[in-house]
Amino acid sequence: MTELRRRGGGDGDPDSLSETISDKEADGEDRLGVPGEPGTEGDSESKAGTPDAPPSTTDNTPQFLNKAVEGLNPRWKNWWIRGVLSLAMISAFFMMIYLGPIMLILVVMSIQIKCFQEIIDIGYRVYHSYELPWFRTLCWYFLICVNYFFYGETLAEYFGALVQREEPLQFLVRYHRFISFALYLAGFCMFVLSLVKKHYRLQFYMFAWTHVTLLIVVTQSHLVIQNLFEGMIWFLVPVSIVICNDIMAYLFGFFFGRTPLIKLSPKKTWEGFIGGFFGTLVFGFILAYLLAQFQYFVCPVEYDSESNRFTVQCEPSDIFVMHEYTLPFAVQNIIRWETVTLYPYQIHSVALSTFGSLIGPFGGFFASGFKRAFKIKDFADTIPGHGGIMDRFDCQYLMATFTHVYIASFIRGPNPYKVLQQLLVLQPEQQLSIFKTLRDRLQEKGMLPSTM
Amino acid sequence: MTELRHRGTTENDIQQQQSEDKGSENEGKAEKDGASDSEAKPDKGLPEGPASADDTPEVLNKALSGLSSRWKNWWVRGILTLAMILFFFIIIYLGPMVLMMIVLCVQIKCFQEIIHIGYSVYHSYHLPWFRTLSWYFLLCVNYFFYGETVTDYFSNLVQREEPLRILSKYHRLISFALYLTGFCMFVLSLVKKHYRLQFYMFGWTHVTLLIVVTQSHLIIHNLFEGMIWFIVPISCVICNDIMAYMFGFFFGRTPLIKLSPKKTWEGFIGGFFSTVVFGILLSYVMSGYSFFVCPVEFNSDRNSFEVDCEPSDLFQLQDYALPTALQSLTGWPTVRLYPFQIHSIALSAFASLMGPFGGFFASGFKRAFKIKDFANTIPGHGGIMDRFDCQYLMATFVNVYIASFIRGPNPAKVVQQLLALRLDQQLHIFNSLKTHLTERGLLEEAA
Repeated sequence: MTELRRRGGGDGDPDSLSETISDKEADGEDRLGVPGEPGTEGDSESKAGTPDAPPSTTDNTPQFLNKAVEGLNPRWKNWWIRGVLSLAMISAFFMMIYLGPIMLILVVMSIQIKCFQEIIDIGYRVYHSYELPWFRTLCWYFLICVNYFFYGETLAEYFGALVQREEPLQFLVRYHRFISFALYLAGFCMFVLSLVKKHYRLQFYMFAWTHVTLLIVVTQSHLVIQNLFEGMIWFLVPVSIVICNDIMAYLFGFFFGRTPLIKLSPKKTWEGFIGGFFGTLVFGFILAYLLAQFQYFVCPVEYDSESNRFTVQCEPSDIFVMHEYTLPFAVQNIIRWETVTLYPYQIHSVALSTFGSLIGPFGGFFASGFKRAFKIKDFADTIPGHGGIMDRFDCQYLMATFTHVYIASFIRGPNPYKVLQQLLVLQPEQQLSIFKTLRDRLQEKGMLPSTM
Repeated sequence: MTELRHRGTTENDIQQQQSEDKGSENEGKAEKDGASDSEAKPDKGLPEGPASADDTPEVLNKALSGLSSRWKNWWVRGILTLAMILFFFIIIYLGPMVLMMIVLCVQIKCFQEIIHIGYSVYHSYHLPWFRTLSWYFLLCVNYFFYGETVTDYFSNLVQREEPLRILSKYHRLISFALYLTGFCMFVLSLVKKHYRLQFYMFGWTHVTLLIVVTQSHLIIHNLFEGMIWFIVPISCVICNDIMAYMFGFFFGRTPLIKLSPKKTWEGFIGGFFSTVVFGILLSYVMSGYSFFVCPVEFNSDRNSFEVDCEPSDLFQLQDYALPTALQSLTGWPTVRLYPFQIHSIALSAFASLMGPFGGFFASGFKRAFKIKDFANTIPGHGGIMDRFDCQYLMATFVNVYIASFIRGPNPAKVVQQLLALRLDQQLHIFNSLKTHLTERGLLEEAA
């Protein structure tokens, strides 16, 4: 988001020079383990190709776009390219939604891998650790391990019927944690064995860098996928809210911005922040209304083991059924409606929008701080005009976790399939006693005839 | 463990080590720091000499004043080792509650030691917010983990008390909110010229939490399975440490790894076999007592922990037929063992083979940041982390082992989840369970 403003403003960052003096101390630490290193400050590396230079404008833009905007002055050119790319990304988003859950999962996975690669690349540049070849292998190996662990946990839950059928899958599921741990340990031992005498500190830094990146990027992406399985609406609405907040805050800031918000991102303003908050609330409310009507979005994604496909068909749960709410008196006087029919989900969307507008920006500030700390302008140059994938997703960090925690606390009960699995693994006496408890309970509630 | 060897060697080595350290420290000195050792903590005031007996209590100093420096070191270490082992026995005797408190204290101390090293490395003493934030994050993560544990094991108590019930129902949300507050405080505390430092400390804190706090919670989970699952792994690691040292001392010849030049293959292999034997013997001794073997349960009527149960199959003596090769050697057709002893072989094997990697990791870490010890808490041994470095992976391994091979799900928890489902889901599960039980013959057909 800050990148948006910097390019829109067209100036470089006057603060960057003064930072180098006091962060030099930290830089000095970085170069410790590598004695043969040239003394220059530059972060430029031949492979990554992102020099620590004034903002690059259209280096990565495809030729046809360049020709189309040739005539305009640089500021508007930038604006147009960003605009075109924004529209392109939004269309891609719609297309993926149309293509369905499996496509979305694959896209989430690709984004995760790209984000991981971008951050690790930055780590390499900061620590000049290209000459430690083991390390690339180890970073990717750890990524695969953690993904294996998480995907294995998810698959076991959601693809239960499929897993029961195939013998090797059953074995993998039963000992899943053990296998994941063994794989991780192998990586850990490789790391220890790869410690080279003069590069200890570098190697430990990269090890820690990898783990923190995994913690941030991979866990978030898995929470996104779990949200997706609850129902595509739980994926679409949060992501759209964050995007909308970005755009709204920018627009409000552009037209009405006056008071700076935080020293870290000097182009953000209070007007943009508050305007974005209200704009996002309204948008979230309307979007929730639109999407809650369609089963395609609202139903949990299930895997049909007979047809080997994902299906989204169900009886919509209570929160997606219209209810009537009586308005409080104050509002009744203003609008003169006594009741209003809403989906309960719209009320939940207010909570999601609030979080996205108030706390989401902190994810953006964190990323800005990170970029300033390591003196990079963008995470990478993947998207022309916007920077890397991480630049687009920095505000989404916390949203996925929040949505997941929200669902777990307020919406979702335990997964019935998982409960059944656990039941079947218990000792027979325990199963019998649970059976009796359940039977009594169901009889009380009238779900079972009392003669049973 | 390497520290053991460093101090055991002659003074030449110590001085050489020092000059090496000093040489590389000069590289590392940034403009700001003063002339003293970057690791010198102003409050502890440790001089940079062969730190032989500076922290040792006076009584020990007097008792050993006659001996030469090398033997003095050896004796100090020996006495402290015995003191620690005795302490271990005492806390076992005192029961699960005290063990949990001790684990918590050790965790806090380890966290503090590592964070302190981070401060020393990055000269970030003058960022006062950061201490507060590090401790705050420690509190948040502990709250999250302890909350999950308490909900699982103390479910009766929790259901009774209304405030506890609300805390437990919205536990994840509350923990997340607490963590977020810390995150926002971090972002707001970013100071212009110190971004990189602050991000480093943030990363350092999180990695430390990942290593130290999750391990300690896995230890507590293991403890709740039965105290034997806590005592045997820790003892195996300690035994491996001591045995590898002994074997290395008497028979050591071939170096094991460049990272720790005093470790030898003879020590490694000797340690492996003796730890396996020790593990078998220890599990035999412990499996006989229900105090060690039973899961720790909280009795909500008496508000205390109890360890009283019918020992599970693992802890009942069983006959195993020996393979014919062994039969001809020992002349016994069968042998009576606790099944747990066989599991203990797996635990000992892991402790001997992988445990040292934890030690190498800590050695590499100390060399990377050019420190001799994590801290100076235990005279002759260094900090708490120095003693626990090999335990890192053991707790996780034991937890994964139990989850994969031993423990089934907790029935009380399953019932809770079951009753939280919707009624139609409950009915569906009821029917599946009925079919399953009928197949197994546990229910009559007519029902």
